[in-house]
Amino acid sequence: MKLGFLVDLSLCMGCKGCEIACKVENEVPLSSWRLRVKYIDIGVFPETKRSFTPLRCNHCESAPCERICPVSALHYLENGIVNIDSSRCIGCAGCMMACPYGAIYMDPETNTADKCTYCAHRIESGMMPACVVVCPVEANIFGDIEDDNSHISRYIMEHKGAVQVRKPEKHTSPTHFYVGGGNQTLNPLAHQRLEGFSLFNNITHLEHVGDQHHSILDRFLAPFAGHAKLNNDNFTAMQENVETHSKEGGH
Amino acid sequence: MVENTIHATQAIVTLDVPIQGIVWGSIITVNMWAKSIGTGVVFLAAYLLYRHKKESMPNLRWIMPVIAFIALNVFLFFTLIDLHQPYRMIHIYTHPHWTSSITVGAWLASLFLGLVTVLLLIGVADAFPTLGGKNCKMSALARKNSAVYEKIMPFLVFLAIPVTTYTAIIMAQSSARELWQAPAEVMQMLWAAFMAGSAALILVSGSWSKEARKDLAFVLTIAVFFSFAMYMSEYFFSFKSSEAEATLAFVHAGGAYNVEFWTGMTLGFIIPFFLGLSSIKSDNITLLRLAAILALVGLFLVKDVWLKIPQMLPLS
Repeated sequence: MKLGFLVDLSLCMGCKGCEIACKVENEVPLSSWRLRVKYIDIGVFPETKRSFTPLRCNHCESAPCERICPVSALHYLENGIVNIDSSRCIGCAGCMMACPYGAIYMDPETNTADKCTYCAHRIESGMMPACVVVCPVEANIFGDIEDDNSHISRYIMEHKGAVQVRKPEKHTSPTHFYVGGGNQTLNPLAHQRLEGFSLFNNITHLEHVGDQHHSILDRFLAPFAGHAKLNNDNFTAMQENVETHSKEGGH
Repeated sequence: MVENTIHATQAIVTLDVPIQGIVWGSIITVNMWAKSIGTGVVFLAAYLLYRHKKESMPNLRWIMPVIAFIALNVFLFFTLIDLHQPYRMIHIYTHPHWTSSITVGAWLASLFLGLVTVLLLIGVADAFPTLGGKNCKMSALARKNSAVYEKIMPFLVFLAIPVTTYTAIIMAQSSARELWQAPAEVMQMLWAAFMAGSAALILVSGSWSKEARKDLAFVLTIAVFFSFAMYMSEYFFSFKSSEAEATLAFVHAGGAYNVEFWTGMTLGFIIPFFLGLSSIKSDNITLLRLAAILALVGLFLVKDVWLKIPQMLPLS
């Protein structure tokens, strides 16, 4: 058995239901995302269209994150899921450097790496991942890609020639597929990500890795003294410097 | 070119979450810089001991392991403090994952530090017989096994090669950062070790013979020249992927990283090259020391830029 994911981007309407369901199901802390939906506007007015791209871990068959993890915190399950054991993670961030899809984050509460696990705990109980269940248009298709009769296998066969993976040149063999996407949506270098206020929100980048109040000293003291519990204020107080990237000579 | 691609697609992100900024920052730069010194002094000491008599470098036998010991401890300390769960570093030894160059490197560096510590004990005990008092058993043991120093040295030099280059393999395994995927990284690590090692030894070579110092100046000059040439090749040649090109735009396009990069190149490579060249001809120890300090500062700045800019690029 090899579990895989397929997103039909022509069906996705950008409701972000999957993003919210994932957050709730996995108790993903503020400032972190296992799954996110990115809006990209393509074209020049009046010939424009908006695309919605859900982005999550690709559970690669040749996962760079699994290879670089020095303590096997990232490991394969028998069903092909790239799982993570946060109790073993040392927080070196090697996996964050290795993942070509930027799918791994440093959990600000545990200060260990974390990511989408295809809801491995739900799969174990015979349930579907939370994002699949909540999708109102069934754009998220999940199942065994080694079973020719599974929904996902039939979908892939029906859309032969139109099925894509992100960054195939990385030779990671993702088990996460897209239908209905184009270079503009799947290639991060083929669209502009201008930092600052956009149509909907202030597009920015995180100025901290993990817990922003977890200083180097705290890393050593926290097991004995504990450290401040996170709340919304910790994150709303963040001041994004939208000019930072342009000052640094960025794009 | 990336810009043309974006222009052609006319695509722009209108809603997204914040993405990660720099994950491996200046702490990792210190880590790499200190490791270059720690391994570099071993390479240079072996070269000098092969070329010259011990008498022409009276303090080399003990000062080399002292510098290496301090530098390697700085390297390991900064490795530790960069971990978000520092107490779990022990997992690298209790749950090693051998496909990871981080694991292999940590084991090799630990072994390397162990051997350097042995050299340190022997070298210091031989040089300072009264250290620790007459009844110090450790000093006596070290002096008794003085010959072990020369036996360990070849293994240490051999081990210094993977210890100094394994960071390049970590970078190769960091497949999200295209700029680090160049095979040139391995050579850059070795040149950095020769640069840092010769610079560190120049600073303590006041009592050495002119010939030995001339050799250090020669190695420093050659190392900065070839390292500079390799950086420039990577900087200007367009053999790279579009991701690596986009990464280098953070330097090409001006801004803070452009200033840091060229300051590092000027201080650490261009000026030391000419100072080193002049010191080969005339033994001016003050200028040579200036070249050594500038090389160490410049090396840090350039490594810092090369480490950070690939992390600025959006991955998804």
